[in-house]
Amino acid sequence: MASYNLKINGKAVTVTLDEDTPLLWVLRDELNLMGTKFGCGIAQCGACTVHLDGTAVRSCSIPIASLEGANITTIEGLEDEKLHPVQEAWKELDVPQCGYCQAGQIMTATSFLSQNPNPNNKDIRNAMNGNLCRCASYNRIEKAVALAAKKMS
Amino acid sequence: MENKNKLTFSRRNFLRTSALASGGLLIGFNFLTSCAETATPPVDVSKLNFKDFNAFIKIAENGYVTIFSPNPEIGQGVKTSMPMIIAEELDVPWEHISVAQGNLDTENFSRQVAGGSQSIRFGWDALRQTGATAKQMLINAAAIKWNVDASSCTASAGIIKNANGETLGYGDVVNEAAHLEVPENVTLKDTKDYKIIGKDAINVDIDDIITGKPLFGLDYKVDGMLYASVLRPPAFGQVLESYDATEAKALPGVIDVITIGEKARKYLNQESFDPSAHWSVRLSKTDKVVVIGKTTWDVIKGKKALKAKWKNESSTENTEKHDEELLKILDGKNLDIRREDGNVKKALAEADKVLERTYESPFLPHNCMEPMNFFADVTNEKVHLVGPVQTPEAAAKVVASLLNRNLEDVHVDMTRMGGGFGRRLYGDFVYEAAEIANVIKKPVKLISTREDDMSLGVYRPAIKYRIAASIKDKKVTGYHLKEAAINSNMYGLIPHFFPAGAIKNYKVESGNYQSNITTGAWRAPYTNFLAFAEQSFFDELAELCEIDPIQLRLDLLDKVIDGEDPNIQYSAKRMIDAIKLAAEKSNWRNTKEGVHQGFAAYYSHNTHVAEVVDIVLKNGLPMVEKVTVAVDCGIVVNPTGAKNQIEGGVIDGIGHAMYGDFSFKDGAPQDVNFNTYHLIRMKETPIVDTYFVESDLSPTGLGEPGLPPAGGALANAIKAATGQILTKQPFVKSLIKHDEGLKV
Repeated sequence: MASYNLKINGKAVTVTLDEDTPLLWVLRDELNLMGTKFGCGIAQCGACTVHLDGTAVRSCSIPIASLEGANITTIEGLEDEKLHPVQEAWKELDVPQCGYCQAGQIMTATSFLSQNPNPNNKDIRNAMNGNLCRCASYNRIEKAVALAAKKMS
Repeated sequence: MENKNKLTFSRRNFLRTSALASGGLLIGFNFLTSCAETATPPVDVSKLNFKDFNAFIKIAENGYVTIFSPNPEIGQGVKTSMPMIIAEELDVPWEHISVAQGNLDTENFSRQVAGGSQSIRFGWDALRQTGATAKQMLINAAAIKWNVDASSCTASAGIIKNANGETLGYGDVVNEAAHLEVPENVTLKDTKDYKIIGKDAINVDIDDIITGKPLFGLDYKVDGMLYASVLRPPAFGQVLESYDATEAKALPGVIDVITIGEKARKYLNQESFDPSAHWSVRLSKTDKVVVIGKTTWDVIKGKKALKAKWKNESSTENTEKHDEELLKILDGKNLDIRREDGNVKKALAEADKVLERTYESPFLPHNCMEPMNFFADVTNEKVHLVGPVQTPEAAAKVVASLLNRNLEDVHVDMTRMGGGFGRRLYGDFVYEAAEIANVIKKPVKLISTREDDMSLGVYRPAIKYRIAASIKDKKVTGYHLKEAAINSNMYGLIPHFFPAGAIKNYKVESGNYQSNITTGAWRAPYTNFLAFAEQSFFDELAELCEIDPIQLRLDLLDKVIDGEDPNIQYSAKRMIDAIKLAAEKSNWRNTKEGVHQGFAAYYSHNTHVAEVVDIVLKNGLPMVEKVTVAVDCGIVVNPTGAKNQIEGGVIDGIGHAMYGDFSFKDGAPQDVNFNTYHLIRMKETPIVDTYFVESDLSPTGLGEPGLPPAGGALANAIKAATGQILTKQPFVKSLIKHDEGLKV
């Protein structure tokens, strides 16, 4: 066990746990941030996507030991009070079915749009390809990312 | 068209009312059944009792309406569409309605209705009746206040009006209405007067979903809760011989290592055990080793540190063996006849041409995004179970029996479910959680990893179909379908689906091979593969009959119109209308150069669906660009939700037909996670363009019917593009590149 200091959703936190504990379980079990989901544990499905210094990463596969001083944003910290334009687009297009993967999808989309504010369809498909949706709400995710880009421009 | 929706009801028993202590009216009701004579709703909404009712409507003094329902949500949108139906008949603006999940910790929270493609179909009458009865009570209360006859009053958008033009809001009369008799006869609205049904309503949980609120089973947590990870044998047919937990126990986060299984075995061996529910206690012949720890990561690590020895208890099976056995069944004569018309043998003997094909599909895991998990707390007073399961009543019964408890002591609370697809009909993970909690006597959450979930789970059974058809004078005269499946066969009226009734000489037979691999329902059971087999077979038949494949279906369906066979439940007329709509919207056979089309149509879950797949070839391989879908599901309650279901079902169907592969070697699954198991991803998805056939008939299922035609339409499009005839799923294993010598 060791202690680690990091910033999560703008707040400084110190956690004491095994060095190999993946960020996902730090968030869920230690910090009660349940929005980040567990899907595969091997960075293949994207359900656990969070931002590390603004970039989308798979929290299931990043051990806490590598995150000393890191700045993490989860779905809970994406936006205060109001909705992020990506979330607005998700709502407008009624994207989710079961909803389980959607936080991960949104985190991938927000990071992608911050790097590529004017994507074409191919860019969107490439960027979102790492996030599985078993309900296959893919058409709406694709449209929502495009709509969010429009909202943000 | 006959309007079947304007009905008058005179059942009194289906709802009860009470005045709320805080003001307002509370109506308790059941979606599907009458409630008990003695049942009374509480006067305080914090004490909602879901034992006697499975839903409540609260109408507050400000006229706002809250619908409380523990109805589970798997992703089909029933939590939105069911309240819409109530709101329509109650006649309040949708904006004045809020939908609340019943309090999870309420005592006696049971008797919930599980979702599925049938929820709306079964709930349709009861929900409308409830809304209409509540509205009539409010009208009656206003009439008494005004001292006029209730029949001279009307209500709309939450406002009651009398003949003198006076008005009262619903909220103004709720306290009076609460003391009135429940009216016996209410008239339901005419479909043309609908204001909410048929308009888009966004998923009522949208804000919670997109902001990451804890809604799912995996998110449920109580103080002092421990975690449990279960080590099961690596292969079907194996049982635990011995294990060594020394290293696991040495880990600081591991609290204990226990075994479970004894109770499940006892349950299996009892005389009253129902073998048809054999799937319900997974691997009950073995002990399972359970790591108990402080966090999820502790138990994942703890399980990895376990050393276990397994021994073979029964056969450990291979996919090759299954293939052989299923083909043997198709070749043999020991099949059960499921439907037989005319004389297929004679038709085949007298045919100008005979076409025979064998279609093959593998096992498939469900792969819900939320892995199986469940919370359990077993105390002397009660057994409390919380999590994502579609069959809470069955789960409660099995747990009561396993733990030798009274059924009244067992409470199952449902959370939102991260997908179902059939998997959460089976409560094996609930029983395991209960057994674990019974040993450790502490609240505990059973967690499955993806590997746990994909191995030793419940699967869609591997199935093979052989179809033979006779053609005489360019007409299909005979049709003989044989099914060979693992463990069980097509159920209910499936043998009477199209083309039953359309071909004079018709026969469906089935046989099965009993395996120790657990199998079960998987989105659109049986038809998810049967539709592919039949619909691609029809494409070839059309070629042999020298007719357009759509015209072949239309000609056959023409023969079923006005048929009198009660077993045939599909409507030829509705199917024809759906097919014509799909043909029109897809520009059938009239698309731009380089686009190849394939067609399929299928009736399942009471819904008629026709699909046209457009593909293009890229580097010689098919890229699915678009799927045009026409659906007749009766009245479309919530178009945005309905389209979402169809889009998902079609892409799911294409994904699994194209990529879904799952095999066993020595009883062990060969894929256990998404690094090798290929689920469809965004780059591989077509755009789904959905149209609904206009209808004023009762609504039918939507969660499943979009899926079955997709694989067939895709195979037919590939055939149109390259000439390759696909008979085996997943297609990706047998696709031949177009530029390797196949026709254009």
